[in-house]
Amino acid sequence: MKNQWFTISVYSENNVGLLNRISGIFLKRHINIESLNVSKSEIDEVSKFTIVVYTTEQWVHNIVGQIEKQIEVIKAFYHKDDETIYQESALFKIDSALLFDERQIQNIIKESNSQIVTVSREFFVLAKSGRRPEIDEMYEQLKPYGIMQFVRSGRISVTKDEMQISALLKELKV
Amino acid sequence: METIKEKQSSSKPKSTIKISGAEAIIHCLLAEGVDLLYGYPGGAIMPVYDELYKFQDKLTHILTRHEQGATHAAQGYARVSGRVGVAMATSGPGATNLVTGLADAQIDSTPMVCITGQVPRHLLGSDAFQETDIIGISTPVTKWNYQITKASEIPEILAKAFFIAKSGRPGPVLVDITKNAQFDEFEFSYEKCKGVRSYNPAPKPNMGAIDAAAALINKAKKPFIVWGQGVILGEAEEELKAVIEKAGIPAAWTIMGESAIPTNHPLNVGMVGMHGNYGPNILTNECDVLIAVGMRFDDRVTGSLDTYAKQAKVVHFEIDPAEINKNVPADVAVLGNSKETLALLLPKLEKSSHEDWNNEFKKKRDIEFEQVIKNDIHPTKEGLTMGEVIEQINIASKNKAVIVSDVGQHQMIACRYAKFAQSKSNITSGGLGTMGFGLPAAIGAKQGAMDREVVAIIGDGGYQMTIQELGVIFQHQIPVKIVVLNNDHLGMVRQWQELFFDKRYASTVMVNPDFVKIAEGYHIEAKRVSKREDLKATIETMIASDKPYFLEVKVEKEDNVFPMIPSGASVSDIRLK
Repeated sequence: MKNQWFTISVYSENNVGLLNRISGIFLKRHINIESLNVSKSEIDEVSKFTIVVYTTEQWVHNIVGQIEKQIEVIKAFYHKDDETIYQESALFKIDSALLFDERQIQNIIKESNSQIVTVSREFFVLAKSGRRPEIDEMYEQLKPYGIMQFVRSGRISVTKDEMQISALLKELKV
Repeated sequence: METIKEKQSSSKPKSTIKISGAEAIIHCLLAEGVDLLYGYPGGAIMPVYDELYKFQDKLTHILTRHEQGATHAAQGYARVSGRVGVAMATSGPGATNLVTGLADAQIDSTPMVCITGQVPRHLLGSDAFQETDIIGISTPVTKWNYQITKASEIPEILAKAFFIAKSGRPGPVLVDITKNAQFDEFEFSYEKCKGVRSYNPAPKPNMGAIDAAAALINKAKKPFIVWGQGVILGEAEEELKAVIEKAGIPAAWTIMGESAIPTNHPLNVGMVGMHGNYGPNILTNECDVLIAVGMRFDDRVTGSLDTYAKQAKVVHFEIDPAEINKNVPADVAVLGNSKETLALLLPKLEKSSHEDWNNEFKKKRDIEFEQVIKNDIHPTKEGLTMGEVIEQINIASKNKAVIVSDVGQHQMIACRYAKFAQSKSNITSGGLGTMGFGLPAAIGAKQGAMDREVVAIIGDGGYQMTIQELGVIFQHQIPVKIVVLNNDHLGMVRQWQELFFDKRYASTVMVNPDFVKIAEGYHIEAKRVSKREDLKATIETMIASDKPYFLEVKVEKEDNVFPMIPSGASVSDIRLK
């Protein structure tokens, strides 16, 4: 079975220690987490983990089974890239002088569809949301001019299919 | 429910006056029906021990000589009684010493609640004396864990701990309680946990899956059942027996499933796995429908997965959805408690006897008897064999004993040759293979079934890993029978060195102390046998004794356990010698 990208979505209670428990499931199988995001979900008091891994379908099936088995996990799913709508965000901190000295920088900003978040005398910050290759491309374009700081978020994703977590919670209601 | 209410009311404090967190812990344990726990005191758990002192008429605390012993004793207790075992320890080293027992209980699905003391809330994260992050450490080896930092959390969390430990696929739970939460006072009330929103202990049986399973089984010419501990944990022994008898299906067990069906049942064809029986292993690759019940296709059972039962349709009865398709893909997965699912299956099965197919097992049994079993239990050579010791214990105890084993050659021999008439009788460390499990687990097993004979079978290696628990047996006069099968070697490792490492015997020879004198040092009656003519009578004396008894049997130093499926080989490649 070949390796592919999978997005794992985990709906859980918001409890101390659960992140450790979930990351341990990957550690035990020597699988690297490519990206991880934890946020609130569409349901009150339910958190959502979005985890990206590059592995085989057999492994991701096993991992999702083990995740779902954790007491505080309500439901876990995995999806291939074409089954989800997903994005990442990145921030680039760049020397302000370049904005005036290098004409190309302005073109990169326009063409990449990124936003200027802030400008000061010393630096300005660009924000870019999109798929991984788009952010990578912008990074490669800016790199020759010097990037003072760079950071990229974990993937966030919603599925094309319905998740039906609320219905599940109703069923489990105790 | 009546008994629960009764117990609750008798343990409840008289009015709604405030009580300390430590006292609340005791009331929670009593409300859960706990009357016995194992543990070891220390700084961060002292307020709870102070309350244990006050409640000693209702709650017996057994001071093990090491916290690991407390966990294995709690496991032994849980495994024979079906109740939740409880162990308690202080913070830091007390807590870390629980880890092996937690890991053992996790992999063998044993219901256990461990309570650890922790440094006060305001010192958390300061590297205080005896502070360790036991929540972080125990996360991978617990079904659930939680740190309590406020007294008021105690009732709800402990109720949840017992519910989670026992329900669904059981497992160990650790609750870490900061010292301030033990001292602080609050208004106590207790309610048993009836469910946890995000946790579904057992999936509801799906009739479609049961119909599909029945159709496959009814059509099968060579159906074969392999059952595991799920049958014992789900108390589905009678349901399984009814299924195999009605459909005439030969049934084998994993090491953890042993004793669920009596050894002498005609359809019980023995053990699968690395040192299991010849027939069930080799015929796994000849059956047409493989019916797995409450087992998880461990690598010690399957050998190489690439060549495991490829010809067969697989029906998997299992409570834990994560086990489906984990190792062996299931053609039909029947989720749920096996007690329910097997009962639903039974009326859909057609009566059958599969005589020719069952005869295949008998033929293979005869081959194994000639080449292995005969020499193991009726040896003609001079040295004593482990197998003949087990056989004498069977005879003396009339197959009624609980057999607790440690890990290694003696364990395989005990599981191969011990005979059982009753379920929950074979207590061993199956998944983790924890040397040192046997002696403390036997203490717990005896206390969990005081009316039963409990015989611990232990090797000279594992015995010395937890030998200090003889102190518990002496102090509380717990009448367990301890049999050390001494070959002055780490026998199983030695066997692998002989077979797979060109006889390079690295660190497997043991120069042992006088085990009889050590037992006598604890004032335990002790005997050593090194001649065949003394074996039968000594074992009879041991079984007849109503006191703790220690027996060392000097066995052949370089015997090997066969049959054997070499690690990573196919079940078809099982070796008889």
